[in-house]
Amino acid sequence: MTWHAKDLIGLESLTRENIEDILETAYSFKEISSRAVKKVPALRGKTIVNLFFEPSTRTKTSFELAAKRLSADVLSFEVATSSISKGETIVDTAQNIEAMKVDCFVVRHSVSGAPGLIGRNVSSAVINAGDGCHEHPTQALLDLFTVKENLGRIEGIKIAIVGDILHSRVARSNIWGFSKLGAKVYVCGPPTIIPAQIDRMGAIITYDIEEALRDADVVYILRLQKERQKENFLPSMKEYSMFYGIDSSKYEMIKKGAIIMHPGPMNRGIEIKSEIAGKKNAVILNQVTNGIAVRMAVLYLTIGSIK
Amino acid sequence: MAKKIMDGKEMEQILRRAAGVAEKSFGRKGFCVIGIKRRGAVLADRMKNCFANPEIPVGYLDINLYRDDFSKIGSHPVVSQTDIFFNLDGRQILLVDDVLFTGRTIRAALDAITDLGRPSKVKLFVLVDRGHRELPIQADFTGKVLDTSVNEMVEVKVKEIDKKDEVLLLDKNDMARKRPDRT
Repeated sequence: MTWHAKDLIGLESLTRENIEDILETAYSFKEISSRAVKKVPALRGKTIVNLFFEPSTRTKTSFELAAKRLSADVLSFEVATSSISKGETIVDTAQNIEAMKVDCFVVRHSVSGAPGLIGRNVSSAVINAGDGCHEHPTQALLDLFTVKENLGRIEGIKIAIVGDILHSRVARSNIWGFSKLGAKVYVCGPPTIIPAQIDRMGAIITYDIEEALRDADVVYILRLQKERQKENFLPSMKEYSMFYGIDSSKYEMIKKGAIIMHPGPMNRGIEIKSEIAGKKNAVILNQVTNGIAVRMAVLYLTIGSIK
Repeated sequence: MAKKIMDGKEMEQILRRAAGVAEKSFGRKGFCVIGIKRRGAVLADRMKNCFANPEIPVGYLDINLYRDDFSKIGSHPVVSQTDIFFNLDGRQILLVDDVLFTGRTIRAALDAITDLGRPSKVKLFVLVDRGHRELPIQADFTGKVLDTSVNEMVEVKVKEIDKKDEVLLLDKNDMARKRPDRT
């Protein structure tokens, strides 16, 4: 076991071995959530603070449950009730909370780099729970875990990430993660929401949904944020849905044995039709379940690395 | 210098004898075996083959999440999975480990077992009891009692992991040369 770091900011800086270490640890944690007593005392007496400057239900709940199943105490900060609205900087906020002797921050922020900035200014562990368009490392780790669990491998598979790549931190973390573990990563969507030079991260760009879906082992559908239409990235939601939304006719193009994933929350009828979300090979809720084990592993490994 | 204190043949005899005695002492009702990972788990598997009743279930326990030194050692121990696929409520458990030393591993194992269910009875078998307890814990079945100094280390090797069955007594100098792969 080699991954020793007090912060998890992104998958970009991790090696393939680091990622495999985390997934291996997560595998050991998965069984705990299926017990009658879903709790182990590993982080007893540790305090974890959820610092969410951007709304989130799923990720915050998942981190909270992960912390509680490791017997840590959890405190959740909401931006509306914090002193940020009184003009305090995020570093000051974090250092003030740290002065009350906490062990770990889980940070979500709409500005890319905010968790990294906090991490450099506190000695507690810092885990990025999503920052701007930068990274969402625990989401990508749980996606890797889910693919490995369902397909048995990541090396050599083809994953097609479909949707708004431009604004997606989930896409970026997944491009790093899957390409580091030897998968072929395709990104697909209308050209306005595929960033130029994303291929430099190791992804293959295509605007043709047929090419993306052909022979894909994993179809990863991103949420289309409705506000993007107001910003003129898309002519209409309906047009997007027609060309890139996964419906029955596009489902026909997907090979047998492939799995369908979505990081949630789903816009049923836009990027994914309801009948597709209910398919047997749609492992969307499986991703949510695995999120707990992966976040338990990340909390355990980062807090365990504090000097 | 490393001193050999048990060879494969003796290990085999001890496990066979302990399996027989334990099986008799528990009776048939709800008897199961739980080995503490990693080497205790291997010994539990070996004992299973010696039981008269081949149906006795065996589970494997990883105690790392129950250790009392998480904050102290400064780095996290490597965790592996607990594999116990049967209900522990009302069971009679034979807990198996390779070496009994401070008693802290067994304390952790008992806590882990309590989280998994409420057994009617837990008894402990260890291959080697080397003394120096830090907690009031004793084994019910002991393969061999060894007189050791705190500075020495008892190393149990098993074929499945170490390619060889033997028990060695190492002194400080041997330990410095050794890679610390034990948990």
